[in-house]
Amino acid sequence: MIANLGFGFLFIAFLISLYAIGTAIYGLCAKSHAFLESARIATIVIFPLVTLSVLSLLGLMLTGQFEYTYVFRVISQDMPLILKITALWGGQAGSLLFWVWLLAGVTAASFLWGKQKQLKALVPWAVIITMTTLAFFLFMVLFLENPFERIWLFANGQVVSSFIQPAGSFVVIPPAGFGLNPLLRNTGMVLHPPMLYLGFVTFLVPFAYAAASLITGEVSGDWMRLTRGWTLAGWIFLSAGLVLGSRWSYDLLGWGGYWSWDPVEIAALMPWLTATAFLHSAIVEERRDLFKLWNYVLVMLTFCLVILGAFLTRSGVLSSVHAFSGSSIGPVFFILIGLIFVTSLGLLLWRWNSLTASGELHSIFSRESLFLFNNILFVCLFLICLTGVLFPILSEVFTGQQVTVGAQWYKSTTGPLFALLLLLMGIVPLSVWGASSAKRLGNELWKPAVVSLLIPTGLLLAGIRSWGAVLALWLAGLVILVLFYDFWRTVSAWRSAMHEPLLASGFRLLLGNHRRYGGLLVHLGVVLMAVGIVGIEFFQTQTQVTIQQGSSFSFHGDTLHFDGLTTPGTTDDHEITLAVLTVDAGNGKTFSLAPCVDNYTAQAQSVTVPGVWSTPAGDLYIVLVDWQSSATTSATFRVYYNPLIDWLWIGAVVLILGGLFAFWPAKSVQERGQPT
Amino acid sequence: MNLNHPFSRKIFLLVIAVSIAIEGMAILVYTVKAQTQLTPSDDQVNAVASQLYCPVCENITLDVCTTPACVQWREMIREQLAQGATPAQIKAYFVQQYGLRVLTLPPPAGFNWVLYLLPPVIFLAALLLTVRFIRAHRGNGQNTPGSSGIDGGQNG
Repeated sequence: MIANLGFGFLFIAFLISLYAIGTAIYGLCAKSHAFLESARIATIVIFPLVTLSVLSLLGLMLTGQFEYTYVFRVISQDMPLILKITALWGGQAGSLLFWVWLLAGVTAASFLWGKQKQLKALVPWAVIITMTTLAFFLFMVLFLENPFERIWLFANGQVVSSFIQPAGSFVVIPPAGFGLNPLLRNTGMVLHPPMLYLGFVTFLVPFAYAAASLITGEVSGDWMRLTRGWTLAGWIFLSAGLVLGSRWSYDLLGWGGYWSWDPVEIAALMPWLTATAFLHSAIVEERRDLFKLWNYVLVMLTFCLVILGAFLTRSGVLSSVHAFSGSSIGPVFFILIGLIFVTSLGLLLWRWNSLTASGELHSIFSRESLFLFNNILFVCLFLICLTGVLFPILSEVFTGQQVTVGAQWYKSTTGPLFALLLLLMGIVPLSVWGASSAKRLGNELWKPAVVSLLIPTGLLLAGIRSWGAVLALWLAGLVILVLFYDFWRTVSAWRSAMHEPLLASGFRLLLGNHRRYGGLLVHLGVVLMAVGIVGIEFFQTQTQVTIQQGSSFSFHGDTLHFDGLTTPGTTDDHEITLAVLTVDAGNGKTFSLAPCVDNYTAQAQSVTVPGVWSTPAGDLYIVLVDWQSSATTSATFRVYYNPLIDWLWIGAVVLILGGLFAFWPAKSVQERGQPT
Repeated sequence: MNLNHPFSRKIFLLVIAVSIAIEGMAILVYTVKAQTQLTPSDDQVNAVASQLYCPVCENITLDVCTTPACVQWREMIREQLAQGATPAQIKAYFVQQYGLRVLTLPPPAGFNWVLYLLPPVIFLAALLLTVRFIRAHRGNGQNTPGSSGIDGGQNG
């Protein structure tokens, strides 16, 4: 009954999405405001319907209705309540429904609270575009990956999964479910997928309005200014999703790293790269009337990449091109990507001439030129990532050879570009719009640049001979110095102009210009993250040792004493083997670490949870690899020292806070009083 | 030497004992040395395994994969290292057995050149386009005074 209701709500939502498309088209043709308003309201009604469908599935999951295929696959009775809820996005069908729910929510919010009056001419087309996308996803959930399917058994023993009872079969009610994938039973997984999905679906709003503006010919750039909040929100969610995924990988996969350049990770990184480029180039269009066409390209590309990423990760094409044809949703996704890509390209070509911006570049040292270089670097990074992700597929298609493009290739190809981005981050805050010159930029930059040279000098004197690390840390230092130098200079100017205390000037400036200082806070976050990345990439040390209980070994100046193994009781269907080590870090400082292996017998899968001791200087990270507990207990440990890695997480928090600060609406400085 | 003489017999026995001791120590040293040489450490095994992907799992290098199959493959690497195989020979063996996909980096040959040539081509093409864009939009720089952008609410 609940499943039928859940399916029914979804089906009605699907019909309403088609109704909204039809009504909007009719309203445009008949120039009927009533029909157009009806279409807009229809987009809002879909969200509560999909919500009811999601609640129906959650009801089945929480009450353990194991005759439903999805519930059987992701739920086991002894899973804690929170995991039973997060299992909603723990499998293909459920996560697709969850995606649809978020998509419906973001769409409804954009038509409910969006700047409808200012974007009036664009709204009907935005309705058509968002509803077409939503209808595609609803179709996939309803007819290809239906989470409300049940398990049916035929007399000949054949088992099928279907929503409608096949003739001659009867429903099977398994006594227990298989349970959630052990790797997903982690707190990081509670927030990582929702953040990532929210980031993805939010980019539909700027995409829809960009396409609508091209269709209507209203290419003044209003769509960009008025959907800026959605773009920034999508970027913040996506950034948070990427960072949470990275932290989950560090905490749970037990390989000592934070980013493996896995195709699934890169699929999420690519839209982030183009969205970041767009956030920068949008500023140039607002200020200098440049990059109009380029901004359309970036915003449309970002949404194409969102759908491409979903296709790559859900269709199975990444493991093999042959898996694609076996996937039920792969071909439909392919059609959706084709439709979005061809429509975007067609619209851009159609309006090409009217997108020529009238602004001028007066100097390659001006801020707009530096933003252009920044954009080029982001797009190069995206294209290199795309090459790495698609190359195995192309290799299999053209040569029949399955190959893997590993982290080493990505690091060597993207590393220099990230370094150039850091350099630009160090220069841009001191550059000026419009007319500029090398001399003018040099005059602004030389003081912090000279001071920053103390960093490589100090590193070389300390005996560090890794040139890549010295260069990266110098650039990071330069960016931080420039950020504080620029802020100090501006605050000082304000103080003398306004005749007020320094602290008051600082606060006034920060609060009066959320967008600028939010952006610079994001830069500070990026630099702190870069410091963490340099630490682990250039200076990580590791070893693997096998020792008996009661013995000790030395690593990175610490003495690690193996106290023994324990097997604590658990509340769900897994066994834990936990090793206890006491670490003597010298100077009388000791602490305990407890790396463990969670063995899930039903899934025949183990999860390695490292023991980690974190300090700003670095993490001691221990993984239990193997153990013998017969006559004499011994264990094998893989031990890592990850220098500066904490700064990656601290930087990520600063980056998100910076994004939120920039997102927060504020009165402009002019409204608060301009210095004379 | 007259072995009937008690002193000579003692010297003879001493020589024999020292010889046996030296020989025993030599055998012991040789055995320890041989064992040291023939049993590669976990770190040596992992150094090779980290350059190979697990043949059965997706996107996990062999040194950190926890499946029983990977444990066996790591032991195989240890055996091959013990037999004197070089890392290149071990990688070649894995490629022969499981295909090119086990390598973390495809060899620069044939179609794989695309992977190595595209990044610099992308970067150079982007630079060329940038130069063209700058030339096409170059202004005279006389009519627009520079502003640092720190005084407005809508800047970056």
